[in-house]
Amino acid sequence: MRIEDFDLALSPLPGAAPVWHGDVDAAAWRQVCRQVHDKGGRLVALWGSDRRELERGFAVHAALVIRSGLVWLTLATDNDRYPGIDDIFPAASRMQRALGDLLGIYPHAPQDARPWLRHSAWPADQYPLRKDFDGSTAHPAQPQDYPFVTVEGDGVHEIAVGPVHAGTIEPGHFRFSVIGERILRLEQRLGYAHKGVEKLFETMTLEGGARLAGRISGDSTVAYAWAYAMAVESAVSTVPPGRALWLRALLLERERLANHLGDLGALGNDAGLAFGLAQFSCLKEDLLRSNAALFGHRYLMDSIVPGGVVNDLDETGAARLMAELDALDQTVTRLRYIYDDHAGLQDRFIGAGQVTPELAARLGLCGLAGRASAQAWDLRAQFPTAPYDRLDVRMATHRNGDVAARVAVRFDEVSEAIRLCRLILKGLPGGAIFTILPKAPDHAIGVGWVEGWRGEVLVALETGTDNRIRRLHPHDPSWQNWPLLEHAVLGNIVPDFPLINKSFNLSYSGHDL
Amino acid sequence: MYKIIRQILQSGIKTETPPGIDDALRCTAQRLENAILERFGGALAIRHVDAGSCNGCELEIHALSNPYYNLEGLGIHFVASPRHADMLLVTGPVSRHMETALQRTYEAIPEPKLVVAVGDCGCSGGLFGESYASRGRVASVIPVDVAVPGCPPPPFALMQGILTGISSRMG
Ligand code: SF4
Repeated sequence: MRIEDFDLALSPLPGAAPVWHGDVDAAAWRQVCRQVHDKGGRLVALWGSDRRELERGFAVHAALVIRSGLVWLTLATDNDRYPGIDDIFPAASRMQRALGDLLGIYPHAPQDARPWLRHSAWPADQYPLRKDFDGSTAHPAQPQDYPFVTVEGDGVHEIAVGPVHAGTIEPGHFRFSVIGERILRLEQRLGYAHKGVEKLFETMTLEGGARLAGRISGDSTVAYAWAYAMAVESAVSTVPPGRALWLRALLLERERLANHLGDLGALGNDAGLAFGLAQFSCLKEDLLRSNAALFGHRYLMDSIVPGGVVNDLDETGAARLMAELDALDQTVTRLRYIYDDHAGLQDRFIGAGQVTPELAARLGLCGLAGRASAQAWDLRAQFPTAPYDRLDVRMATHRNGDVAARVAVRFDEVSEAIRLCRLILKGLPGGAIFTILPKAPDHAIGVGWVEGWRGEVLVALETGTDNRIRRLHPHDPSWQNWPLLEHAVLGNIVPDFPLINKSFNLSYSGHDL
Repeated sequence: MYKIIRQILQSGIKTETPPGIDDALRCTAQRLENAILERFGGALAIRHVDAGSCNGCELEIHALSNPYYNLEGLGIHFVASPRHADMLLVTGPVSRHMETALQRTYEAIPEPKLVVAVGDCGCSGGLFGESYASRGRVASVIPVDVAVPGCPPPPFALMQGILTGISSRMG
């Protein structure tokens, strides 16, 4: 559906991403969600804000994708209830639970009313994102008793793992119900990495927030920093110089390359081919070292700021990158051949952790994992902002939805990122890399929307006074994809869980905030 | 198989010389006797705990295992159980939701327990500091021997921190 199909007053936001914003009443709120859902649109994010000191009560916000772009709906509510949308978009369920924990407003009839992000750090009757909550105050640990869903039956037993895992990964809790080795049910419990990021943003200026945005999920620092900058630039109606945008795309594609190379190695290793890890981790290390040499940071943290980028690239640097891309291209082609040809590897990959296209569509699987289950969404191809509008991005998709498909999409995206980096290096326009932004209007809104390596990253911003942040909601694609991991493992054996989990490679920090 | 062997030969050996130790990273005076430290010299088992990091530090811990740094080549390896560990490597500011899990892991490690706090977050709480959700630096929850700054600290700095933890002053 297109923006003209709505019977609503929606206004376009300035800025790079195609975004419309509209205030709705309770009836229109659900009706629009229903309409978007029925026409094949998606829910990107759901969040809330406290506007009581502006005498506007609380607000619930939803970001929905339709064919024209992103629609941001705001529903005001003067009490602590609103009409939920988890019956329309299952992905909304955990977001609504988080909203209850952080802001203390709840859907009328939720499918699941348990807390989600709140464990023990603050009392159930206090809400960190309310303006009268003091974010610097510590509360005594609250007793916590989380009601997991139990599975009963002959021979069923439970395996509980985490929050501290066996390997070097982020903290989370997984509860498996198994018969023998086979998984009957997986229930996740997240929120361990919750460190008060959204509240922290509200103490920051628009300039200062950029560093924090780059640390929401370290492996996606470029995607978040760009989305953050895009949101600020949208709020102040300023377009950064062309060269800065092209360099941002170069950084984003390098981030995609680094993560995909790392994952391809780890997936080989998890399936018993240590050779793959050794090879791919060297390729990744080479890339990180060039990042450090040319852009001052191995993972490119703090390279993107509102208004532009920090480091320019000279001709020698560009030539070095070009030569490295050629070498990378050759090696990855050889390694892909080895992976495709390796019977042992394919035996573990094919059919493992499958998510069918139907299930993916119903539950809203997105990003890289979505594309591996035929969910053909890639902002760079469908809603290209500069410079992607000049690069004609070829989206990688697959139908099988298993580990093998997620591996294949990564290989395809590595090749495409190499092609894009070459095009960017050749087409890089001259000029400045930074422009000073004007002071932001009070209570202006802005949106940043970027296709990171894992999927789409959204930053929704509301300014306060004096160039400060009043409310900022960062959304990670992991929100959509974590619940699908619960489905993907069903019927698989426990020892395949690490492999399946890695093939999704979701963020805990970006989700727990 | 032939293609794999050819690729291995083409890649060659990448491992670089490890860094020396740096006493400036020590938080507390050297606690352990030389005799004990010498016993670590052969092999060190590390348990990593992410106490609430942004996952940037994890990327560099992973990098320690790549052929360039080849941490395993020094006899240092990561273990799944704290009971098998000599050293605890902690990343992140300690989120309040991870505080108990971190304490329990620390308690499960046999004496003498060595703790290395990783990254600006581990050293000071970093950008996240102390709040309703974060306890800040690792040392506010468990005793820390060595702290390695950086956001994230690059692999050489991490290696240096780990090696400093297991070397004697005279080392
Ligand atoms: S030190 Fe930096 S990279 Fe490490 S967890 Fe903290 S913010 Fe992330």
